[in-house]
Amino acid sequence: MSDQNTSPRTEWPLWEIFIRGQHGMSHRHVGSLHAPDAEMAIKNARDVYTRRNEGVSIWVVEAEKITASSPSDKGPMYEPSQSKVYRHPTFFDIPDDVGAM
Amino acid sequence: MGDHLFEFLLRQGDNTLILSHRISEWCGHAPIIEEDIALANIALDLLGQTQMWLGLAAEVEGAGRSADDLAMLRDAWDFRNSILVERPNGDFGQTMMRQFLFDAYHVELLNRLVSSADERIAAIAAKSLKEVEYHVERSASIVIALGDGSEESHARMQAALDDQWTFAGELFETDAGDHALNDAGIAPLPSELRAGFNARATAVLGDATLIIPETTFAHSGGRSGKRHSEHLGHLLTQMQWLQRAYPGATW
Repeated sequence: MSDQNTSPRTEWPLWEIFIRGQHGMSHRHVGSLHAPDAEMAIKNARDVYTRRNEGVSIWVVEAEKITASSPSDKGPMYEPSQSKVYRHPTFFDIPDDVGAM
Repeated sequence: MGDHLFEFLLRQGDNTLILSHRISEWCGHAPIIEEDIALANIALDLLGQTQMWLGLAAEVEGAGRSADDLAMLRDAWDFRNSILVERPNGDFGQTMMRQFLFDAYHVELLNRLVSSADERIAAIAAKSLKEVEYHVERSASIVIALGDGSEESHARMQAALDDQWTFAGELFETDAGDHALNDAGIAPLPSELRAGFNARATAVLGDATLIIPETTFAHSGGRSGKRHSEHLGHLLTQMQWLQRAYPGATW
């Protein structure tokens, strides 16, 4: 298994699960689960998250491999964009036959 | 032929029914929640297959009984499942070893039944095969992970294999009825499935660093109904008590 430098692990690593639905266009985060390795994480995800025919494709990512933005940086990270309405392309007419954007 | 066909269908439906019930006993008790859900899914797959097999058995019998009647109102001596699937769950390793041995047989059988001369059987097999191909992939990978795991998990898996290997042999027992169905192109001889089973078992158990017992002895008496183990009666009292206590109860 992985090279953890902390005290011996008593639990399997946590995996974040992404599923592409039948009609969805991209994989969506659906939740997390524990598994000893990536292959088993796929199997567990199949059993836990697709039992009601939710998906046609599964991605698994070990949770500790994800780098997340810090909540304390919220101000500088996101607030500057709040006042820039001109960045929203809402001033264009999009022809119907372009489909979903 | 009708009797042989009925017997054959009971054997299929009783194997899936009794194993489904055994696995369902893990619900809420599995080592981790992911495994708990996976086992419940497999139990439900097998129960769905049971509905199809026993539904067809009831139709073939033509005695006015339903699949539910066959499942809930027969006593132990009328069941035709192999002894392997009625044995108690033991620890998680024993459950997964039993599952792998059954799955490895089941997938060989269904692979042959999809081309049965009886369309109804071919249709049930085709639907079941998709489920069982996943079952065997899952049970095989767990057997390998635990067999080739820690000292303790290896010892437990070897003990599970030693304990259950002689019960797997009954799955391949072949009688006059099997020959009659085979001659009619309805089902393969169980004995013909042994080679495919052995190949898969040797590969998976080898990867799991487990040693297959050398004995050729096989327990017998389940699929003929002549001598089930003492465990089946106890299982039936659990499984059937509601229909027995409240006859005709429905949702």
